[in-house]
Amino acid sequence: MEFKINGQSHELDVEDDMPLLWVLRDELGLTGTKYGCGIAQCGACTVHVNGIAARSCQMRAKHAAGKPITTIEGIGAPETLHAVQEAWIEHQVAQCGYCQSGQIMSAASFLKFKPNPSDEDIDVAMSANLCRCGTYPRIREAVKSAAAKLRGES
Amino acid sequence: MGKIKTFTRRTFLITSTAVAGGVAFGTYKYKSELPNPLLKDLKPGDAAVTPFVKIDASGVTLITPRADKGQGVYSLQAHLLAEELDVDPTKVKLSPGVPDAAYYNGVVVEGDAPGLGKLVGKLSGMQITGGSSSTPDMFLRMREAAAAARETIKLAASLRLGVDVSVLKTADAQVIAPDGQTLSYQSLAPDVAKLTPVNDVELRPESEWKYLGKNIRRLDIVAKSTGTQTYGIDLAFDNMLYASVRANPGMGGAVNRVDDSAAKNMRGVKKVVPVAHGVAVIADNTWRAFNALKAINIDWGAPNYPKSSAEMWQVLEDHAKPEFQNIQGRSDGDADAALQNNDTAAGDIVSREFRAPYLAHAPLEPMNAVVLYGDDRLDIWTGTQIPRFVVEHASKLANVSEDNVHLHVQVMGGSFGRRLELTYVMQAIEIAMAVKGQPVKMTWTREEDMAHDYPRPMSLAKAQGRVLDGKIDTIKLDMISPSLMASWMSRLATALPGPDATLIKGANDQPFAVPNYQVTGFRAPELAPISSWRSVAPSQNGFFHEAFFDELATKAGADPLAERLRLCSDSVAKKVLEEIGRLTNWNGTNIGANRGRGLAFIKSFGVPVAQVIDVSVTDHGIRIDDVFLVADVGKVLDPINIEAQFSGGAIWALGHAMNCELTYENYTPVQTNFHKFQAMRMHQTPTIHIKVMEHGDKILGAGEPAVPPAAPALANAIFAATGVRLQEMPFDKTVSFV
Repeated sequence: MEFKINGQSHELDVEDDMPLLWVLRDELGLTGTKYGCGIAQCGACTVHVNGIAARSCQMRAKHAAGKPITTIEGIGAPETLHAVQEAWIEHQVAQCGYCQSGQIMSAASFLKFKPNPSDEDIDVAMSANLCRCGTYPRIREAVKSAAAKLRGES
Repeated sequence: MGKIKTFTRRTFLITSTAVAGGVAFGTYKYKSELPNPLLKDLKPGDAAVTPFVKIDASGVTLITPRADKGQGVYSLQAHLLAEELDVDPTKVKLSPGVPDAAYYNGVVVEGDAPGLGKLVGKLSGMQITGGSSSTPDMFLRMREAAAAARETIKLAASLRLGVDVSVLKTADAQVIAPDGQTLSYQSLAPDVAKLTPVNDVELRPESEWKYLGKNIRRLDIVAKSTGTQTYGIDLAFDNMLYASVRANPGMGGAVNRVDDSAAKNMRGVKKVVPVAHGVAVIADNTWRAFNALKAINIDWGAPNYPKSSAEMWQVLEDHAKPEFQNIQGRSDGDADAALQNNDTAAGDIVSREFRAPYLAHAPLEPMNAVVLYGDDRLDIWTGTQIPRFVVEHASKLANVSEDNVHLHVQVMGGSFGRRLELTYVMQAIEIAMAVKGQPVKMTWTREEDMAHDYPRPMSLAKAQGRVLDGKIDTIKLDMISPSLMASWMSRLATALPGPDATLIKGANDQPFAVPNYQVTGFRAPELAPISSWRSVAPSQNGFFHEAFFDELATKAGADPLAERLRLCSDSVAKKVLEEIGRLTNWNGTNIGANRGRGLAFIKSFGVPVAQVIDVSVTDHGIRIDDVFLVADVGKVLDPINIEAQFSGGAIWALGHAMNCELTYENYTPVQTNFHKFQAMRMHQTPTIHIKVMEHGDKILGAGEPAVPPAAPALANAIFAATGVRLQEMPFDKTVSFV
């Protein structure tokens, strides 16, 4: 199967039903995408498929193959940060940081569809991503900052 | 503001040792005039200096031996060292170092760590991260080590340059001479190694601090915002195999029979191997190992504890008897006499029973470890709070000398006390021993993690109190639970000496002068194995104490804040209570229709914390609107991080109090994954207002003390809004939340 990850093509021989998460982590070594629950409850495995946030633990390899997929490694890097990542750093969101790849991928996708979100929009959109450290108040502020950056306001 | 001294009695000497091309500074050695339990246990091999600061041909390395579970303690340790060493922590190397007795936890060793008690004899030399102890333990030690290193480097420079040491300055890992000439620390390292360290060092006054006392940008913040932080679960090595485990979901039960015939033939499976109480699959991909484990049929033996929560609660009820008393806490006045007087003229008596359930730590990174078993050498890569215990137990299991066990401590995706345990590491070693010479990464499924969490104990409190003349007159609390210290220490192969103070912590030690005030701990059998959960016993005992205090205050017709202030016997705690009143414009618990306000106060880990919570009753359930938190930690080193710890602690406590418990059926928790163990989500998150004060005379930690008062403040707010008194966690057994 051919996988298009972060603009690069990879030909892999994997089972049809291997979750994309494990294709990324164990077959391609892209470990920024995290395993947390395996049942789409925590959001740590969130990536973009066709530009939309998806739970990679629930997406089978055969459904992911051929589609453009972006992971946390592809959305930005320490030298070339995405606006959401800049906001996450400015607000010093992360504690353990394990959920934050998924939080950032969820926020980046959400802000494409809601560039000017209300507080309630943010709460609804981000409530599917679990953070055991309880960084939610800073995530809320960082999403607002990122939205302003993406609108060109800061 | 702060009364924290920057120069106090020094109890140890700073020593140095030559390392290849340089020098390492450490603080292992207590001054000999002081009796020190540590020295008794030091083996000859431990006498080598283990450094906090290492300078060699490759530059400066700051050693940060307290493990980072997310609390930011790698950053704080680096800045404590940098403050005196004059280096830029973003430009030098950082290392967690190697496990060593020299990194003993002084707070724990001195018996100051609440929740751990005085375990000096058993635990000296224990390098442990926990008990909110890292900051109080390292505040002086690390700065003194760094200051001694700096002054010794300056001495070496003065000898080389032939100038007096007093004219030399230091900045950015360089010594600067009056003529502008600079010498890098690393160029001086070989000279420094030949000198006796300068021990006559005075620490810089707070007014000269560059880093401490201001918001510190976490050194890991960019990595953790870009997916480039490597956790243990992310490690990869050439030729590495992947594995996972299914152990008996009844903890400690036997494996009666295994049928792995189907699993062995599945794609990518290399081996099925037995491990203690379970089976492991080694494969070429983690998911393939997960799948093969599902295909194995296993007949499990029953563990040595009751099958269900209902039976376990009965065991606790049966142990609320004098013969099971384990520890008598405070016994002020005569509570029994006060409570025996049933004459209503002698006051109103209130009796209640409170319950708190088992709770999983469930850090988001499931348990994992990478192990390479070689010829008389064992390498372990994992996150742990107890590195020395890991080495000791690994050595015995693999029959490799401790000197040849190399533990590489990894950054952790949360812990909350979970990684005070050993089992996952020992399993990974058993797996690696089956494929000698090849590294294996073992990863647990979330389901395995939930079933083998070593949770917070379930506990029961029988509370009786009396109010008299509009005042709280009597509080009597009988706390009944298994001993988490005995359970934990039994797995570390040591016994708990004496009674377990954690049975009563968080209720026995509150700064209130109630006339008749008695707290007693009763010890039930172990039941399911248990361990320390963020804030340990005060997480449940604080709820019992403060929910009951609130009910008594209401019964007395007293204002809950005024009554606490009236009874408060500790000047710093009193300031915290006064401040929470100012911060909230306190005017009682009635804040309008369909709303309510609750107060709770708990001093834990030495830190007095008051919380006020405002709730609203909505069509969708109870919503937590605002949390106000006031605490006093003596000295704030990193405001932005302390705010994160207090905010996260409150959210941790509230989420679990709302909707989390582990209930047992057929020996194992019904809650197998996050769909049944939700805790707090973004849409439930309140606005949090935090004020941290510095009146106390000791610097204290921030990781845990925000947890205990949160649940009772919420319960008390819900009472104010609804008239419903909550006596059992989680609260969604009784009320619903948005």
